[in-house]
Amino acid sequence: MDETVAEYIRRTVLKVPRDEIKMMLQKWDFLSKAQLQSLNFHQTKDSISQEVVQFCEENSADIKQAALLDIIYNHIYQNKKMWSVYQMKKSGEELECFDIADFKKKFKRRLRSALKNVTITFKEYEDNAIWIRVAWGTPYKKPNQYKPSYIVYHSQTPYVFISASVLRSNMPLLCQALIVASNYHDIREMELRSHCLNSLKDIVFKRYSQNFETYTIKPLQGGNVEPEDADLRIVHENRSEKERIHSLNEEIFGSGPQPKLEFAQYRLETMFKSDPKMNVLDKKEPFRCLVKFSSPHLLESLKSLAPAGMADAPLSPLLTCIPHKARNYFKIREKKDLFPASFVSP
Amino acid sequence: HLATSLPLPSERNHLRPRIDLVVFMIDIKSKYSLKNVETSLAHVDASFFLGKVCFLVTGVGRVNACSIETNAICKLGKAYCSPVLFCELELEGIRVTTAQRLLRMLQICAGHIPGVSALSFVSLMRNSDDD
Repeated sequence: MDETVAEYIRRTVLKVPRDEIKMMLQKWDFLSKAQLQSLNFHQTKDSISQEVVQFCEENSADIKQAALLDIIYNHIYQNKKMWSVYQMKKSGEELECFDIADFKKKFKRRLRSALKNVTITFKEYEDNAIWIRVAWGTPYKKPNQYKPSYIVYHSQTPYVFISASVLRSNMPLLCQALIVASNYHDIREMELRSHCLNSLKDIVFKRYSQNFETYTIKPLQGGNVEPEDADLRIVHENRSEKERIHSLNEEIFGSGPQPKLEFAQYRLETMFKSDPKMNVLDKKEPFRCLVKFSSPHLLESLKSLAPAGMADAPLSPLLTCIPHKARNYFKIREKKDLFPASFVSP
Repeated sequence: HLATSLPLPSERNHLRPRIDLVVFMIDIKSKYSLKNVETSLAHVDASFFLGKVCFLVTGVGRVNACSIETNAICKLGKAYCSPVLFCELELEGIRVTTAQRLLRMLQICAGHIPGVSALSFVSLMRNSDDD
């Protein structure tokens, strides 16, 4: 077994928390039952990884198996990576049957014709997700296994989720290979990024609870807003306002859990507006400013702003449109007339 | 009666009993909270400031999260001749004690304690180094 492969396997195993190693190796299904049985999971991770490498040596593991183990690791810990979303476009209405073998063949062929030194690995999962791992090399160097790109493609959709490696120069080639393999004619990067892959999927596949245009005759009374407050001696003077905010929130955000995003970024290219007497920035140039909202769970925190009394309801549409527009990066430019800025998508 | 700000919604005027004590709650972690109280104060009839108003500052246990200076709050208390109480609602003991204090004040303001009226608070507020 190649020692670079051995080292790669050893390092991959080391990344895994000790309690999860057994499960990961089972998923990998490369070590035999006997080998797995004989592994002592109570020793140090260092020793466990050495034993695993030993077994791999016995089984003559090559880079293919090592890459597969890496995909499995990244599938389980997918939220450690930052994912971008790409959308592909078809030229016509041709509804072809998706053939996975054809897809893999075309993808590999396209990449390899441009770059000989690549490692390409595929793994399919039950939710129709095809995971692709690509390790990039150069015409003179073997692929760097430690900085691969991961691509997740749901064949029934035009969306591809990519965790680009540091080597962004390979993106055009990767994009080309994707559209050729999947029979699309164009691909573009969406302004949507997050660590939570499932939430990105929820947003583009519209799987999150959205507000549907059903109007109840009267907002649901009392009980909805403060269920814990059974004490009848407490009177809430602003109950109707609270209910208004609650129903507005439901309308805008829906009643289910929000997709998990960590930030929203607004690039402002608008004119600075100030009191003309203050004489600040009398140059008539757009004032460049970047506003970034960060949170462990941005959309849930936006949803709780109005009920917590920290913002007026309804919130600015610039914030509430994030899941509907499937974007968390915005460019805001000045409207042509004197009214405040509106969006312009790039 | 809990309200998020003043004035109180007029549609409930007929349902409201006499108000004996107004407690303005200021969350020391939120500048917005102070601003809200300052604007609400303008809607209180002057007669309340004879001992029937008090400021309750919450969240003082979390020293790192303070957004408002205690100086500013004490100034507010002085300006409106009303006592300022500090408490931390997240600690049960302090919560209970504060509630008991407020209840005591309310009893006095409502005239339930013979011989003591709300005006007593005003005179107790005077500092020895004032005039």
